[in-house]
Amino acid sequence: MANTDEPAAFAVRATTADIKPQRIAFAAMALFFMLAPLAIYPVFLMKVMCFALFACAFNLLIGFGGLLSFGHAMFLGTAGYVCAHAAKVWGVSPELAILSGTGAAALLGVLTGLLAIRRQGIYFAMITLALAQMIYFFCVQAPFTGGEDGIQAVPRGRLFGVIDLAGMTAMYIVVVAVFFGGFLLVYRIIHSPFGHVLKAIREHEPRSISLGYDADRYKLLAFVLSATLSGLAGATKALVFQLASLTDVHWTTSGEVILMTLLGGLGTVFGPVVGALIIVGMENYLAQLGAWVTVVQGAIFVVCVLAFRRGIIGELGRFLKKSL
Amino acid sequence: MDTLFGVPTQALFGQLLIGLINGSFYALLSLGLAVIFGLLSIINFTHGAQYMMGAFCAHFLLTKLGIGYWWALALAPVAVAITGMIIERLMLSRLYKLDYLYGLLLTFGLALIIQGLFRNEFGSSGLPYPIPTELQGAQNLGFMFLPNYRAWVIVVSLVVCLGTWFVIEKTKLGSYLRAATENPALVQAFGINVPRMITLTYGFGVTLAAFAGVMAAPIYQVNPLMGADLIIVVFAVVVIGGMGSIMGSIVTGFGLGVIEGLTKVFYPEASNTVIFIIMAVVLMFKPTGLFGQR
Repeated sequence: MANTDEPAAFAVRATTADIKPQRIAFAAMALFFMLAPLAIYPVFLMKVMCFALFACAFNLLIGFGGLLSFGHAMFLGTAGYVCAHAAKVWGVSPELAILSGTGAAALLGVLTGLLAIRRQGIYFAMITLALAQMIYFFCVQAPFTGGEDGIQAVPRGRLFGVIDLAGMTAMYIVVVAVFFGGFLLVYRIIHSPFGHVLKAIREHEPRSISLGYDADRYKLLAFVLSATLSGLAGATKALVFQLASLTDVHWTTSGEVILMTLLGGLGTVFGPVVGALIIVGMENYLAQLGAWVTVVQGAIFVVCVLAFRRGIIGELGRFLKKSL
Repeated sequence: MDTLFGVPTQALFGQLLIGLINGSFYALLSLGLAVIFGLLSIINFTHGAQYMMGAFCAHFLLTKLGIGYWWALALAPVAVAITGMIIERLMLSRLYKLDYLYGLLLTFGLALIIQGLFRNEFGSSGLPYPIPTELQGAQNLGFMFLPNYRAWVIVVSLVVCLGTWFVIEKTKLGSYLRAATENPALVQAFGINVPRMITLTYGFGVTLAAFAGVMAAPIYQVNPLMGADLIIVVFAVVVIGGMGSIMGSIVTGFGLGVIEGLTKVFYPEASNTVIFIIMAVVLMFKPTGLFGQR
């Protein structure tokens, strides 16, 4: 099925020589998100971090597992709804609200993952898209999601019952903590023995099976991990914007996360973050252009696929001969 | 006999008819996807946009050039197919040696571009398209009224689907196509121009989509996003049927349309999701799809 001509577009060979540039890149990223709120609107940065985590989670699946999910919005959106519902209707504290949203996404990941991994390649993409569309219609009709209005005016509450998140600074620090926690977790997964087996399955599934690895279990675990982290991003996003809406479950959001990852670089460590920054930034600053945003997004897809398959960070890494 | 299974017969047959109409479009679109996938190994995400382009092309021909439905039925699919073949030559042909996912991403990007451009030009509200005068009116069948145009859509879709099946399975041209699907290098060695065949096959798949679009124009409003959600349902239809068999695509398309229509009668809340639920059940018990081999 996957007759890849250029595995280099995906490959991440983490050797000790790569650790230093990756540390430098990580420090630069940390510095950026700590200093940027002085110059850039913090809500925008928080949105970038939520989508960056979402894209990192998505990249875990496609960049390292080789599985193209076309329905990742279902995890982002479902977690957002559950988190918003928990915070607003049940009145739980924000950390529990985020936890319940993330848990819901994990559960959904198990259910949809069990179905989707039964087929490979192109079918996997179509199945995840169809399942996400089912979740979308469920969210349109279910009473607790508020239909077209979504769940609005979600209280941010007090973290651990003490820290009031209504202020910008406290919320920003929470989002930074969530994002960097998630990012480091993805980094750890990629470089763990589990991550290496996942890459082996992506490269040659029958051979990995013959070596004794239960490919389906690895794929399912990767899918659930990716779903869970996407849920974490979605739940956090719901608290930041105090809103859970249908946009987050719609297939356009699934397309956006693919675009972010592709533009930044499939299978790179920092690519999804760069991609999220660019795409969210573009949507913010080009918002008044209406449907032209869709046209530009489509054009980026076409250009990336035809001429720029390694993405920004992938090309940069190739230029520097480092894996980033 | 006013009710059947506790449901007014009028409503039951009405929804059954709508189901058959939707099924016609599912069948035409999934057939096009299957034909393209067979030779190109690409899932054509642009299919929904090309269906929409067919409808818009018919609308353009009528309002700008005064060319009516019957000519549009022939001209619009050809026009859209030509744009499709240009896309295949310029872009898709560069991707055949790459991982399958790039074809999907490219056609997704193209769908975004096309839908965005049409939305800029025509807005999101639908444009009306009249039913041709020859097909206005309805037949009274005793238990229900059957609008002539809807009967026409169902019959023509069936004829086109079965014609496609006949050409692919029973003619020499179809045998070339099937051979190229199995082993393109060998077929090329026998002196058949496979790249040209690929272009024409893509063009034919697009023709089916645009043809469905023209037929849909008088039923649904002509809208830039009319294909966007439809294509996702068609993907589910393709997963349920499996892309291995042409007849499978046709039967699954019509069958699921009918099931969806019946769901609207008996449990309307699930009518949007029933096809996806069936997909989940099929995946549990027969992952290769009802008619799939791989």
